[in-house]
Amino acid sequence: MPELIAKSALEGRELTVGTVTLAEVDVGPITSIAVFPGGAKAVAKGLKALGLAMPEPNSFTEKKGARIVWTGREQAFLLGADCPALESAAVTDQSDGWAVLSVSGAGAVDVLARWVPLDLRLGACPVGGAVRTQLNHMNVVILRTGDHAFEIMVFRSMARTAWHEVESAMHMLAARSATKI
Amino acid sequence: MRLTCPLCGERDRREFYYCGAEDYLHRPAEGAPLAEWDNYLHLRDNPAGVTKDLWYHEAGCSQWLMVTRNTVTHEISAVELVAERKA
Repeated sequence: MPELIAKSALEGRELTVGTVTLAEVDVGPITSIAVFPGGAKAVAKGLKALGLAMPEPNSFTEKKGARIVWTGREQAFLLGADCPALESAAVTDQSDGWAVLSVSGAGAVDVLARWVPLDLRLGACPVGGAVRTQLNHMNVVILRTGDHAFEIMVFRSMARTAWHEVESAMHMLAARSATKI
Repeated sequence: MRLTCPLCGERDRREFYYCGAEDYLHRPAEGAPLAEWDNYLHLRDNPAGVTKDLWYHEAGCSQWLMVTRNTVTHEISAVELVAERKA
């Protein structure tokens, strides 16, 4: 079998409009960990090798480049590290199923406010927050990675649509801030 | 309308999908009389007051929720995880 080359959905595209930068980011391998009933202890033990634990709802934690993101009840995504052998959990590789966009810069929160039915201002969504919600009509996981920085995980099949939505909101806001009334 | 998901917190109506009365949680046992199945599948109360129904948090945590609400005042008094309810 020939050597296959993994390509990202948007080929690492990057765009700055006004103060906001939109870029595709590579988060490395993505593994879904769904804990079987009663399996919490065994999973905690397995994740210890990475210095991580199952995250609290609506949050993510990081350790040495590995990230664990809450994605549902008894479920998390491990990003940027190979998953250790885990007993008592369904472990599936999802790396090629997702595209990750980073939206950063002053005003990033205003861009997302155009599409996300959720208060993402710092007071309501502090750094380290991870929420499952919608970007327009697409289901996404949004990570608050900094005061003015977000990462959006979206199904790979919707990557270009997600990019288009965010880009159009960036143009709209830039045009608005350039208009003096 | 907003629902407070026990996991995700307060969320907009558009994240949820309505799926009918709480009766769907009380499936008759195998071999139950036909009348019981008829009741389970088709017969619903239509209360003016407190009612319970099932919602799915499809754009959030993908959990089934049992919502207790009042059809007269529109007050939502409880939102519980179906997965963690006591049988």
